Amino acid sequence: MDTMHYFRVLVVDDEKDFLETIVKRLDKRGIGTEGALNGEKALELMREKRFDVVLLDIKMPGGMDGIETLREMKKIAPLTEVILLTGHASVESSIEGMKLGAFDYLLKPVKLEDLVTKLAQAFEKKEGQDQKIRSAKIKELMRFPGRVFQQEKEEEK
Amino acid sequence: MIEGKRQQDMETSRYTGLQRKIILLTLLVSLAPLIVLGATIYYQFAGMYRAKITQQITYRSRGLAQAVELFLKERTAILCSMADTHHFNEMIDEANLSRIFEIMNSRAGAFVDLGVIDGNGRHLAYIGPYDLKGLNYYQQPWFGEVMAKGVYISDVYMGYRRLPHFIIAVRRQEKSHSWILRATIDSGVFEGIVKAAQVGKTGDAFIVNKSGVYQTQPRFEGRILTKSKLETSSFGGGTTGVEKKNSEEKQILFAGTWINHGKWLVVIRQGVTEEMTGLFSTRNMEIAIVLSGILAIILMTVFTTRMTISRLRAADVKAGEMNAQLMQSDKLAALGKMAAGIAHEINNPLQVIVEKTGWMQDLLNEEELQQSKNIDEFRTSINKIEEHVERARKVVHGMLGFARKMEPHMEDVDINAVINQTIDLLGNYARINNITITSELSPDVPIIAADGAQLQQVFMNLVSNAIDAIGKDGRIDIKSRRMGPQIHIEVSDNGPGIPEEKQKRIFDPFFTTKETGKGTGLGLWVTHNIVEKMGGAVNMRSEEGKGTTFTVRIPIVIPEKK
Repeated sequence: MDTMHYFRVLVVDDEKDFLETIVKRLDKRGIGTEGALNGEKALELMREKRFDVVLLDIKMPGGMDGIETLREMKKIAPLTEVILLTGHASVESSIEGMKLGAFDYLLKPVKLEDLVTKLAQAFEKKEGQDQKIRSAKIKELMRFPGRVFQQEKEEEK
Repeated sequence: MIEGKRQQDMETSRYTGLQRKIILLTLLVSLAPLIVLGATIYYQFAGMYRAKITQQITYRSRGLAQAVELFLKERTAILCSMADTHHFNEMIDEANLSRIFEIMNSRAGAFVDLGVIDGNGRHLAYIGPYDLKGLNYYQQPWFGEVMAKGVYISDVYMGYRRLPHFIIAVRRQEKSHSWILRATIDSGVFEGIVKAAQVGKTGDAFIVNKSGVYQTQPRFEGRILTKSKLETSSFGGGTTGVEKKNSEEKQILFAGTWINHGKWLVVIRQGVTEEMTGLFSTRNMEIAIVLSGILAIILMTVFTTRMTISRLRAADVKAGEMNAQLMQSDKLAALGKMAAGIAHEINNPLQVIVEKTGWMQDLLNEEELQQSKNIDEFRTSINKIEEHVERARKVVHGMLGFARKMEPHMEDVDINAVINQTIDLLGNYARINNITITSELSPDVPIIAADGAQLQQVFMNLVSNAIDAIGKDGRIDIKSRRMGPQIHIEVSDNGPGIPEEKQKRIFDPFFTTKETGKGTGLGLWVTHNIVEKMGGAVNMRSEEGKGTTFTVRIPIVIPEKK
């Protein structure tokens, strides 16, 4: 893992020109970014690696649509925050996305500065969650040190 | 405008045509039976009346005929009985004859003289004013007739003392020879009977013989024993009614009955006009009733048709307005869908452009490119691209501004508070342009469940449009009030107003009266969509030179109790 990166982001969008450029630009700003052109590819990557935030295009033609992908993502990595990106005002799917646990949604075109801000907020939230979980675990371990092994077993799964 | 007027004229003429058709048809259908009925009654009545009059004078004629006939029979019978009860020898004794004559006169009267004639026509005995004794009647036609038939009654003639007379002669058969008893009758007596039947102003009664010579003095034309103008051949057996017109074109009815074995005709004459006066007054009444009926029908028809047409017209206008409104909202809905589709298709490429130019900007900041001669040109171009992408983004987002908030966020909204907020927000902008905003907000307006942000947007759009329309120096009035199940909010300005040809399009997306680049043409479209989504409506009333008023009607939705 590159220690230069503050946090790791996965961008999922079927628009190749957009995907390539955003990956490069976020990378340049110290955000470790990878791109996936479709839902399947994104889920594959998520199974391999850990991402803090996912930027997901809701409407992708062919294959899995954004909402379906989001549902799967939440199964793989429940703590990873997902920001939805949409080219039009499909409020219904945005709302559905929010219900499924998406952090927020953005309407294209988005300025990079705004995007970075949103990503940072999402990351902060995720960090906060992680922090809580970690401190909860520490408390638990302090009370029941024996569970260290149990924890490790769980993580192996 | 001219075209509109022409269309209006065409429509007016269409309604007038329809009105005329309905009136004509209704009148035809309702007047035709009335007129037919009226005419039928008119003529039927006249016919019946005439028949009645004819019948009446026929009766009179028959009655008179019977009276005259009775008179003749009576005289004939007396004469017969005298002849039958006396022998020839007794009769030729003039003293005896004189006595018989006296008896006859005292019993029946009207006998002028009495004579006895033997079978050879010699006048053997005579009592009376003429010196007829010794005359021989053998050659006279009446002598043959009385000898053959037994009874003879002569026509009237002017006798001694210039009085009308006629003769009755009867034959007595005594063994082998026969003789004749002959009497002259003063016809003045039965003239009295006839005259009694001369009733009314035009009624006449008289007797003519077979060749039409008056046997009695008629009341009007002609004299006794002169020829009448009556065609006796037109009277058949029994009693016959005949209608004639006299010289003055007046209708006259005649009824005649033959008496005296078809020798005399008893005639009753009656002017129709007099008898018909009853009919005429009835007729006039009938005509008056029918005419007033026709007048009433015409008036009623015209009145009801006019009312119907004007109602129809009003309904048509209303339906037309509703249609126009429906078409307007259909059009706006379709445009909305299209706009959302276009927005999506444009946003994706815009996003790529944003990223690509961003990337170019990122790269320009690298060391080796700083020395490039055209670095500033690149920077400027990139900035311009970004600027225009931003412009495009604003348009597209404006289009979606409504759509994005399609799912309204319901909360308790005090519309008056929202209006006041809007005035606060825009007050400064208005003051700069010397525009006064006044408000007259009714305290009756209830708290409703609605999306406050959307309502805010509606009022912002309307008020800022009003400010833009006025430009400088003017006033805006905002009123709110409760109207039944709705809240009405009026935003009026005293700006220049909207030209009529543009009024229809003001709710269309991208339609703007502002200068290019200053307005997106989306404000009113979004306003319209928001209000319609709430179940309300936005209307506009504008008069050039006077100003524009927008009326927003929002249904009152009572918030649920928490």
